[in-house]
Amino acid sequence: MLNSKLFLSDKIFKKDIEVKLMRDGFGLGLLEAGEKDPRIVVLSADLKESTKASYFAEKFPERFIEVGVAEQALVTIASGMANYGKIPFCTSYAIFSPGRNWEQIRTTIGIDSYPVKIIGAQSGLNIGHYGVTHQGLEDIALMTVIPNMNVVVPSDYLEAKKAILLMAEDNKPYYMRLPRIESPVYTTEKTPFKFGKANVLTESKNPEVTIVATGLMVYEALLAYKELEKNGIETIVVNMHTIKQIDEETIIRQAKLTGAVVTVEEHQVIGGLGSIVSSVLSNNFPVPMEILGVQDRFGQSGKPKELFEEYGLTKEDIIKAVKKVIARKNS
Amino acid sequence: MKTHTIDELQEVAKEVRRDVVKMILKAGAGHPAGSLGMVDVFVALYYAILRNDPKNPEWEDRDRLILSNGHICPARYAVMSHVGYFEHKNLLKLGSFKSILQGHPDKRFLSSLETTSGPLGSGLAQAAGIAYAARMDQKRFRTFVITSDGEHDEGNHWEAVAFVGKNNLSNLTMIVDRNNIQIDGFTEEVMPLEPLIDKYKAFHWAILEVDGHNIKEIVEACNKARAIYENPTVIIARTIPGKGVPFMEGNPNWHSKAPNSDEVREAIKDIRNMKGEIEDY
Ligand SMILES: Cc1ncc(C[n+]2csc(CCOP(=O)(O)OP(=O)(O)O)c2C)c(N)n1
Ligand SMILES: [Mg+2]
Repeated sequence: MLNSKLFLSDKIFKKDIEVKLMRDGFGLGLLEAGEKDPRIVVLSADLKESTKASYFAEKFPERFIEVGVAEQALVTIASGMANYGKIPFCTSYAIFSPGRNWEQIRTTIGIDSYPVKIIGAQSGLNIGHYGVTHQGLEDIALMTVIPNMNVVVPSDYLEAKKAILLMAEDNKPYYMRLPRIESPVYTTEKTPFKFGKANVLTESKNPEVTIVATGLMVYEALLAYKELEKNGIETIVVNMHTIKQIDEETIIRQAKLTGAVVTVEEHQVIGGLGSIVSSVLSNNFPVPMEILGVQDRFGQSGKPKELFEEYGLTKEDIIKAVKKVIARKNS
Repeated sequence: MKTHTIDELQEVAKEVRRDVVKMILKAGAGHPAGSLGMVDVFVALYYAILRNDPKNPEWEDRDRLILSNGHICPARYAVMSHVGYFEHKNLLKLGSFKSILQGHPDKRFLSSLETTSGPLGSGLAQAAGIAYAARMDQKRFRTFVITSDGEHDEGNHWEAVAFVGKNNLSNLTMIVDRNNIQIDGFTEEVMPLEPLIDKYKAFHWAILEVDGHNIKEIVEACNKARAIYENPTVIIARTIPGKGVPFMEGNPNWHSKAPNSDEVREAIKDIRNMKGEIEDY
């Protein structure tokens, strides 16, 4: 059963559910935030259109700063602007920012906790055609490891929009990752969204497993949930949209409730959502876990669907992992 | 390989341009402007300059060609197929799953690419490492590296410019694709590069300039660079983005019009995504 307190879309499992770009949610949210707060400035590293920073740039050209293909300058200039008192949003692709400028982020944004917001678009395998050099699969690891940094991974268009408005008001550094492709808008304007508070999307009298997912994998987990339900296996799906600060309370409560956890992410399993959830559980309430994600491999070109199949990130892979973890729990 | 006349090479370049357009349309993604603009340079390199053997791509003493701005790989792929590195039919699999021709150059799938590339600004430094190491071992081969104008925004590139200059890596030749555009607009608007020649001079490089669509000039400049023993050489190739495809290059705005106008922005966008026929990343 869907959690009625979350007001999820009534088209959630319908064929005609609306699909939208999370990048558009970000771009339009940024425009709205910019209208509210004149301190907001947006920096681009020669990727204005595809990161959707263009919406802001058209409306507020005087607050839009083009730095060229220079990701190290992108974040360090932002650090200086934040030092002065602005609220900078840095836009590029995840593989270049934070991929190329990690130490600069750590030193000039992390240590003094400047309110710089780093937006890594085109993350994950789903970038498809462009292949290995452009598939950011390590950004969650890179950013969660920096003290003071907050890490957000929205799971649909509306969440991306809500996230940007919230982080604009929070005087702390943030990293947000965004995929390239469109995805189903399964939440609604009324769905609550609060950093550090995971959304428990489904409810059940007798759940056997909790599936904790993030980003594009949340909807895949919902599809798995639906099919498992048909086969008499009840699961709980958790949307872990904030990777840091992680919602420990929900993770522990879920582990106690179901006694088995599957995590799913479009990211390396080393240092990603699965690693973080397993460390929370090891410290508090260990249960059998299956960690789905990219298994210490590099990506390659292909259609998103082909890549999700190749790297084990489909509904079917989630169903298999659920069955496996149930067997482990019961053995 | 047999030697070709310039006329023959111009014919090859025409075929390659046809290939590039077909490849990118079939893939539904890619960078036509930069790729088409550099076709003549790749033809000159593979047919008349590089000392290599397509049948023996691992030959130790081959000249190296590093492509830093990996997004223009369709042009390199097409020329490589014409000189016999792999079968021509692979071209239409650009960027598809398991294809040897990945969306950006991926050495795991095709070792003759020398390096995996796409992220801008790193190719010159890699080439410098190869050239430096080769000189340590008294190797005679030459390292060529292609870079774009847009990637001159990157610190990594200029760090390498200094290193190459300091170490007088005269066994290295860089060809710069000076097409005046990058993604967000004209280079001189996004991040001015001029005076580019003076900048390289200040770092102790020898500088040559060519019309990047004149194969004869490109070949002569590369031969001249081989004979310069005192300095590394940069060849600034003036190119027209989208060269050879009328609806892409037909617009005279490329060199003259005020960079700020919406029309120019639209033209740049049109060229980048082939008037909306391919996906815009
Ligand atoms: C480090 C890095 N940052 C950003 C990008 C995205 N990007 C791809 S092509 C490009 C434009 C660079 O200009 P140029 O290479 O001159 O493009 P062209 O003339 O071929 O259109 C950018 C910013 C990248 N590939 N690498
Ligand atoms: Mg260019």
